[in-house]
Formats: sequence, C-alpha cells, structure tokens
Amino acid sequence: MAIETAPSSSVARPAAAAPEHRLRGRRWFQEVGWRHVVGVIAVVYAGFPLVYVVSASLSEGGTLTGSNELFAEVSGANYATLNDTLFWTWLLNSIVIATATGIGTVLMGAAAAYAFSRFRFTGRRVGLTSLLVIQMFPQMLAFIAIFLLLLALGNVVPELGLNSKLALIGVYLGGALGVNTFLMYGFFNTIPRELDEAAKIDGATHSQIYWTIILRLVAPVLAVVGLLSVIATFGDFILARTVLQSERNWTVAIGLYGWVSELLEANWGLFAAGAVISAVPILVLFLYLQKYIVGGLAAGAVKG
Amino acid sequence: MSTTRSTRTDVPTSAEPPQAPPRAGRRRSLDESPARSFTRGFFVKLVLMALVDAIGVYVVLAAWAEGSFGILWAMVALLAAANWIYFSRRTVPLKYIFPGLAFLLVFQIFVVLYTGFVAFTNYGDGHNSTKSDAIEALLIQNERRVEGSDSYPLTVLDAGGELAFAIVDDDGDVRVGQAQEPLRAVEDAEVDGDTVTAVPGYEVLSRQGVLERQQDVTTLRVPVSADPGDGSIRTQDARTGFVYTSVLEYDESADTMTDVTTGTVYRPNDEGLFEAEDGTTLNVGWRVLVGFDNFTTAFGDPRYAGPFVKILAWTFAFAVLSVLTTFLLGLFLAIVFNDERVKGRRIYRTLMILPYAIPGFLAALLWSGLLNRRFGFVNDVLLGGAEIPWLTDPWLAKLSVLGVNLWLGFPYMFLICTGALQSIPKDVNEAAEIDGAGGLTTWRYITMPLLLVATAPLLISSFAFNFNNFNLIYMLTKGGPRFTDASVPLGDTDILISMVYSISGVDGTAPKNYGLASALAIVIFVIVATVSALAFRQTRKLEEMS
Repeated sequence: MAIETAPSSSVARPAAAAPEHRLRGRRWFQEVGWRHVVGVIAVVYAGFPLVYVVSASLSEGGTLTGSNELFAEVSGANYATLNDTLFWTWLLNSIVIATATGIGTVLMGAAAAYAFSRFRFTGRRVGLTSLLVIQMFPQMLAFIAIFLLLLALGNVVPELGLNSKLALIGVYLGGALGVNTFLMYGFFNTIPRELDEAAKIDGATHSQIYWTIILRLVAPVLAVVGLLSVIATFGDFILARTVLQSERNWTVAIGLYGWVSELLEANWGLFAAGAVISAVPILVLFLYLQKYIVGGLAAGAVKG
Repeated sequence: MSTTRSTRTDVPTSAEPPQAPPRAGRRRSLDESPARSFTRGFFVKLVLMALVDAIGVYVVLAAWAEGSFGILWAMVALLAAANWIYFSRRTVPLKYIFPGLAFLLVFQIFVVLYTGFVAFTNYGDGHNSTKSDAIEALLIQNERRVEGSDSYPLTVLDAGGELAFAIVDDDGDVRVGQAQEPLRAVEDAEVDGDTVTAVPGYEVLSRQGVLERQQDVTTLRVPVSADPGDGSIRTQDARTGFVYTSVLEYDESADTMTDVTTGTVYRPNDEGLFEAEDGTTLNVGWRVLVGFDNFTTAFGDPRYAGPFVKILAWTFAFAVLSVLTTFLLGLFLAIVFNDERVKGRRIYRTLMILPYAIPGFLAALLWSGLLNRRFGFVNDVLLGGAEIPWLTDPWLAKLSVLGVNLWLGFPYMFLICTGALQSIPKDVNEAAEIDGAGGLTTWRYITMPLLLVATAPLLISSFAFNFNNFNLIYMLTKGGPRFTDASVPLGDTDILISMVYSISGVDGTAPKNYGLASALAIVIFVIVATVSALAFRQTRKLEEMS
C-alpha cells in the first residue's frame, strides 16, 4: 500500500519539469527511489515504539489508555513522580554495577588475551579450547548454583553473600573471560609483534609493553568489549533478581519489571519515564561508539 | 630477521634481550624482571598483593569460624596460587590470565559443575539442608507445651532491637536468652519478688512495648540449652514462661525419630525423609543424591513431561524462527541499502538500529504495554479499538513474541549483513558478469554462499542466544498464557530457560525445586552445545566448499 502511494509523490515533482526529466524520474525511482520508501517504512517500524514511549512518559495521566494519543499533552508529571520512588537508587545501582563489571571485564579479558596472543606456554591451546567450550554454557543457566553458592558465602562473609552488589559484580566478572577473550584475542593478533620486540630490545618489561604499548593500540576493541559488557549487565534480569533481594539494592531492570508486572495500567507513565531515562545513557553510548560496534560485528563477535 | 623472530616467539617469556651478553654485569638484575628494581610498578604490585592477601586471610578466618571448610580450602588455594604467580619469575603468562581465571573458576566453572551436582539431588522445598539441620528443624517445629511442664516468671527484654527473655529459675537465679542464644545465668540482675526489674546490657520492655510487639513476643522461642532436645521457653502472656519440649525424640545411636505421644518410630529413607512403617513421613527432609530421578521426572512425570515436550518444541521453533525472520528482514534491508546511489544511508542506518541500542528488557516491557488487549496502542489506535488478545491467546502470543523479537533483532542482522555484503570483493561479481552470469545467477551462486559463510557463525550464536532469550519471554508474556491443564506455573510461550526459572521457585511463585530445575538446565546445555557443535561443523564444510 505504501509502495503504491509513494511513487506518485516522488514522481510528482519531476513531472512538472521537462518530459525527459520525468523519464529520469521514473528510472530513478526504479533504481534508487524505492529504496527510500523501504527505508522510511523501516524507520517508522523501528522508531514508532520509541516515539510512543517518549510521548507516554510526557502524558499527564500516566495510565496506559491515557498514553495513546501521541503528545496530546506535555507534562513532566511522570518524571517528577519518579522522585517519590526508588527509581534513582535503582538507576545508580545499575550504573555502578554495570560500570564496575565493564571495567573489570575489559581489564581481565585484555590481560588474558595478551597472554594468549603473545606468550607460548604449556596449556595455551588447551586453555583456548576450554574457553570456547565454556563459552557455550551461559552463566545465566547456572543461576541456582550461583544462588546456593552465595547463600554459603554469605554465611562466611556477608559482603559477598546474597543481596550484595559486590557479589553480583563478582558473578558477572566470572563470565568475563569466557565471552570476550576470543574477540580480543583475534584483535591482539593483528597488532604486529615487531612492536613488542622493538620495545623489548629497548629494555621494556612485559608489563611495560602491555600497559604502554599494546593496550593503547587495542583501544577500539576495549571500547567495544566494555560497552557490550555494560549493555549486557544493564539488561540482565535473571542473575540480578536472584542475587539482589532487598528493594533498595535492585537494579533498574528488576524495578521497572516490578512496576509493569504489578499494575501495568496505573504505573504506565511512571514506567515510560523511567524507561526513557534509563535508555538514554545506553543509547548515547551506543550511537557514540557506533563505528566500533559495526566494526566489531563484522569481525564476528557480539551479542545476538 | 625472520629466523631470530621465530625462535624468539617460541620463548618470549625469557626477558633477556639479545644484546645482554655485552652488559653481563647487569644481567642478573635484568633477569629479575619485572621486579628487578624497586620501580613504581613493583610497589603497586606489592600493595595490591598485600590487599588481596589481607582480604583472603580474613575470608579464611571467617570460614574457619563458621566451619565452612569448602570455602576455606578454596580460598587458601586461590591465595597460594596468587602469591606464587605474582612473586615467581617463571609464571609470566599466568600473571595476565589469573585474575580472570580466578573469577571464571569460581563463578562459572564451579557453578556449572555444581549445577550438575544439584541436578542429581532432591534439593528444594522440604529438602533444604543437611540431615542434622533437618533433625534440629523437626525437633523445633514439633515443640508442644507439655501439660504440667515447668513454668517460670518471665520478663521480656530488649537487646538493641532484638527481643530477649529473662526468667527466674527454681533456685532464684536469673537466666537470660535470645532466639539464637540459649539461656545462661546472669549474675547482677535486679529482682523484685518474682519479677526481673533490671539486667545489665538489656532494657526491660514496658507493658506498652510488649503490646506493640505482641506478635514477636508470642512467637519468640528461647532455647533452654544448645541441645534442641531440651526444648525451649515460650510465653503467651509475657509474664509466665513455659517449657516447650518436642514431641519428637531423636535417638542418635539408632538414627530414628520417635513420636513420644504416639510411640511411632520414624526411620530415615533413601529420599531424605524420616518415614514410619505405615509410610507416613515427617515434613522436613534433607538433601540426598537421587540419581536420575529428576531427569525421569522431567521426561516421565505427566505433570512435567507434557509441558516439557510442548515447551521444548516451542523453544526450538522460537529460536529457529527468530533467527530466520530477523535474518531475512535484515538481509533484505541490507541489500536495499547496499547501493551507493542512495543518499542519507547513514541516517537511515542510525535510525534503524535504534531498537538494537535499547536494552532488551525495556523493549519487551514496552511492547507488553503496546500489545495490551484493551488499552494497548496497537489495538486501540492502530487497529481502531479492536480487542485482539495479542498476549493472552496461545497462538497469537507466540506470534507476538516472534514479532517483538523481529523488531528487536532485525537491526543486528541488518548490520552484519551490510558488513558481509561490503566485504565481498567487487571483482568476484564482475568476473561472474563477464562470464555471462545474470544478476540472479550471480546472487544465487556467488553472493549468497559468500554471505552465508561470513554470517553463519553469527547465526549460530544468535540461535544459541535466542534459545535462552529469557528476558524477552519473561518481560513480554511471563510465559503466559498459562497451560490450563498443568499444575505447574508454565505457559504457552515459556521457553526452556523460563521454565527452569519458574520451576526453581527462586522468584517465589512456585515451590522450590532446585534439583529438577538444575536437571533441566543441564538438558538445555546439552541441547545448545550439540546444536552449536553440529552447526559449526556444517559451516566448516561450507567454508571448504567455497
């Protein structure tokens, strides 16, 4: 339907010009123009839920029905109500946990990738193969064992037990090596070894080479891995829900889920406002690092 | 150059540079790298290791105090390994691998193995802990006030927020105890007649205070001694304490429980329960190994087997269809925009990948509102007030799940297909054209195979991801609509991972059954690993062909 209406509009302008121009117009449409039509449809498809959620967050009533007229009213009421809830605590928890996990993941993954890429040692091949195998078992599947492990750990050190953000970060870091080492390993291998050797001849130690030469050269892949780790951590529900039990320690994912699953009707505006706020940091990061991500995807890494 | 390099790459751990011989005097110090001199890096290392050791020793001591020897030995092993690795000169690669490896060992490898172990136990509600814990719990739960049992004058105390009881025993001594601390004699308490008026370190709770915390007072149980068999002190009126003793009696030598009121003897059975001769069991059990029981339950017990088969089929259908639909739409868009004459491709791309940049859980929650039957945007506005049960009809819910996943996943496929299309060398297509191949033939025999080779590994990992796409299912439909014929809380759109989550009871909606849930997790692992292994093998064949 859209394809039928589109030609007339895109041809309309050239039609006023010379006849041969019109022919070019039609050919242009056959070769190129229809791609714009597809593009517009795809953009509308991709974008309308996002436009809707922004509109819903600005609606005054804050109910699901009241949100259906896009931008009928613009008020900050929902955002103001967020202050009466634990939303900001949750957001802060999410940010702290995701950032710590992201940094830890990058540091650990990069160090391991450096070792596998630059050193030849017994067990190297076995190590790489085991990582490939371990990668196949998503950590999330082991949530019961994680729950029981933290239950036991909590009896010994409460700071590392259930309901501790530190423990959750530790759990996430457990998945750091399995998921990211391969992506980094491939990237590290593309950095010429001559650089290390030149530095070594100049008397640099392996740690100097790592910190001052290699890490700088692999910065793009560090950015990708860090970002993906932050996004994955930010969006995790099952492990966070298993570990974090008191409402004050929840992450945004648990908190917003709670609002929607309890009283979808009444909390809708609140949810929309919270969703907009929590999506923005990720969205900005993502678009900012878009170039690297697309490159990383092409290299064959990344979540699916 | 190349020969020196290849030999040096084999042993790059020796920090000795080729020019070392002329500077033989400094040779020893060079060998000690990186701690050859007291550089800043060395001090940083020292401080970090001191910190790690301090925390580690603290954990070891705490584990000792709690009697958790598993944790104790694991921590000792990790600490010993860390110190050896970072202070030895021969462990350079491990210096880099160890931090990640330590976390990997504890929070990935151990928990996976432990999942495997739990799968063979009956861990869950009613079988929560060890046998000695179960015995203690049984003794406590079955305490009754025995008619004519001892009673004492009692005073309720407050110990920094926690309640405590003080009683005056038959000798006139004051004894104080809390929920976790058995009664003990207190020397310098003040007693006025029969009532305790002051105990050092405690505050006597006023009448008003007792009324406010009546519920807590009447349910408080203060053990008489460390032996649960001795019973406990409880009170109904906050003035008199009665001794409650258990109607059950545990005989250690015979390993039996005896109900003293009826004389029934309960013996431990293979399922981790005390069982009487007539088959009745006591309600608290302990965890025991049950072999393949959990697996036979999953496949054989009609309560689980029926839903399990349906859910297994849907999980496969969901994962395959998700990959297929997102791939086709992504590929189509990639082809459409893989044309340099289209202006504004970057803008289109940026706008189209927006769904990919939104955290998945937010998107799923958002769509659950959009697809709401009565008030959702889709029904109310786009379809003019139709009340289509998008999320509550079994088949429509499945369709909705796939539709939402299409929205979430097509940008990813669009990106990888664009990347793959652009990486196909132009001259291949040109060569085909010169050989007289038409556009469709080129596409069929050149572009498509190359594209598939490039994207196949990603499609496999996308399959594995969707196979366990918990967030989408849980946030969008919560697995619903529920199966009407099943006693367990499972539904038509549940996939295996959300089934595991529901059965585990971690979220509190169902009785806990860690054993069965772990067994199902193992089943998922076997399926995903098998499919991935087979698929990777297939792609290797594909690569060899082209």
